[in-house]
Amino acid sequence: MPGIKLSEKTIGIIQQVCSDFRNEGSELINVLHQTQGKLGYLPAEVQEVIAKELNISVAKVYGVVTFYSFFTMIPMGEHPISICMGTACYVRGSEQVLAEFKRQLSIEVGQSTPDNKFSLNCLRCVGACGLAPVVMVGDRVYGRVSPQMVKNIISEYKEGCVSEAKSA
Amino acid sequence: MTTSYQLKRVDFIFKNENDWEDVLSKSISKPPQELINELISSELKGRGGAGFPTGLKWKLSSEAVDDTKYVICNADEGEPGTFKDREILSRVPFKVLTAMAVCGHVIGSKEGYIYLRGEYFFLQPELNKAISEFEYYCKEINLDFKIRIFMGSGAYICGEETALFESMEGKRGEPRNKPPYPSSYGYMGKPTVINNVETLAHTFTIFKYGAKRFYDLGVQYSRGSKLFSVSGDTPKPGIYELELGMSLADFVDEFGDGDTKAVQVGGASGFLVPRKRFNETAIGFQGKLTGISLPTGGSMMLFNSSRSMFNVIDNYLEFFREESCGQCTPCRVGCQQLLSGIKAVKRGEKNAQYLDKLMRLAETMQYTAKCGLGQSVANSFSSIVENFREEMIY
Repeated sequence: MPGIKLSEKTIGIIQQVCSDFRNEGSELINVLHQTQGKLGYLPAEVQEVIAKELNISVAKVYGVVTFYSFFTMIPMGEHPISICMGTACYVRGSEQVLAEFKRQLSIEVGQSTPDNKFSLNCLRCVGACGLAPVVMVGDRVYGRVSPQMVKNIISEYKEGCVSEAKSA
Repeated sequence: MTTSYQLKRVDFIFKNENDWEDVLSKSISKPPQELINELISSELKGRGGAGFPTGLKWKLSSEAVDDTKYVICNADEGEPGTFKDREILSRVPFKVLTAMAVCGHVIGSKEGYIYLRGEYFFLQPELNKAISEFEYYCKEINLDFKIRIFMGSGAYICGEETALFESMEGKRGEPRNKPPYPSSYGYMGKPTVINNVETLAHTFTIFKYGAKRFYDLGVQYSRGSKLFSVSGDTPKPGIYELELGMSLADFVDEFGDGDTKAVQVGGASGFLVPRKRFNETAIGFQGKLTGISLPTGGSMMLFNSSRSMFNVIDNYLEFFREESCGQCTPCRVGCQQLLSGIKAVKRGEKNAQYLDKLMRLAETMQYTAKCGLGQSVANSFSSIVENFREEMIY
């Protein structure tokens, strides 16, 4: 398979995670969570190592990775932006908010900016429907977001200073 | 006609939990049969949406013979428009933990899991703190019961109980065939009780005050109170605990913005009720007393006249197409076809009669899909297309 070659160090990290979970196949999802937490994403090469360590097929690992929306095979930006497309957010205009993010960052959903600072994704309901429409940047939740607010949200992270008052 | 039940606010769920140690030690000193009888006579039904009698669930698992059994708290709250479980876990976690341990005592289980929705990762540290305090007390009273959190990974289907087991076992979250039911063959093939967060919190109320206090609330077939997550076009979005059996008209009076044209009851997998049906619709489980009665996980989404119902169903179908696990054909292909079908009608590529064909497809999915997801697509689809047909076309 063409692609990246993993360094010894990366392989070591993966092996460590697997052995933390006793190399048990039934812990696959926990292993994937931990690995993604450490490496940022789960490309095919990483999945191959995990499959070998847990003694299960690569197809099974790939099947699980692609099934769950939390796992990603492409690297995420430093500040992953997620726009909630749940119904409450949708009817309150999250589509326009998404369009504005796309326009401001010049990327599509599932892509990262060239400087790897931002990536853009949609998600389904963060359970904050009372604050619709909702946008998440990293772990931070922004409520009642309008297209006009998008520029400000992005610039908060561009300058590297996040004002506490803005979050919902 | 409506059998009018005034909207009654109730305050059980979020009421203080400081006496959990007391409730726990008293409950586990009682014989399991007594606790089961208490639950059965309270007529508590599952609060996740399906409404299976909780007492019966516990009874079946307690009768299963096995050395290893599990208690699982389903906190994979994924239905669009519900956010009650998150509130329960952050405000009164000890009620849920206590209920899990009591359930363990009843069915003979030493291990509990909380399947926490991936998006709720921020609850994890606090919840873990509560769990260690809880386990410390269990040790003090010689109760052998451990609780572990399992993080979900962002799949709506995993709220379905057997898909949830599959996911916990490290596999794709694809629902199993039923039977066998979880009470005999659940997580790891062992007898398992799986309850919604809110259901467990209600059992705490029942163990604390007795079944009667709970049973006295609500109406026939729909006893007790329930948390409602109110969102959409409303001046007061949020979570409210209300007595079951209320009429939707009363609900809209209280929460509407004066211009409510329809309410989606039960999230994407629920039903849309148009204004003309508010009076005859009650919120509760199936029962003759209240006319049309809708079961619900508690999501109440209000739409006013500025909203296009086409956009709503379009959004639901996109959601279902995305979240269908792909295992069975009716759901996998059906969702795609419904979505492209209504788009084609909207663009004028298909005539209005095509909607009837789509309705029949939805009905077929209801009969043939393997699990609740595929079966319930027809709920929202048919109720929206039937009541707002003109908005689908023009």
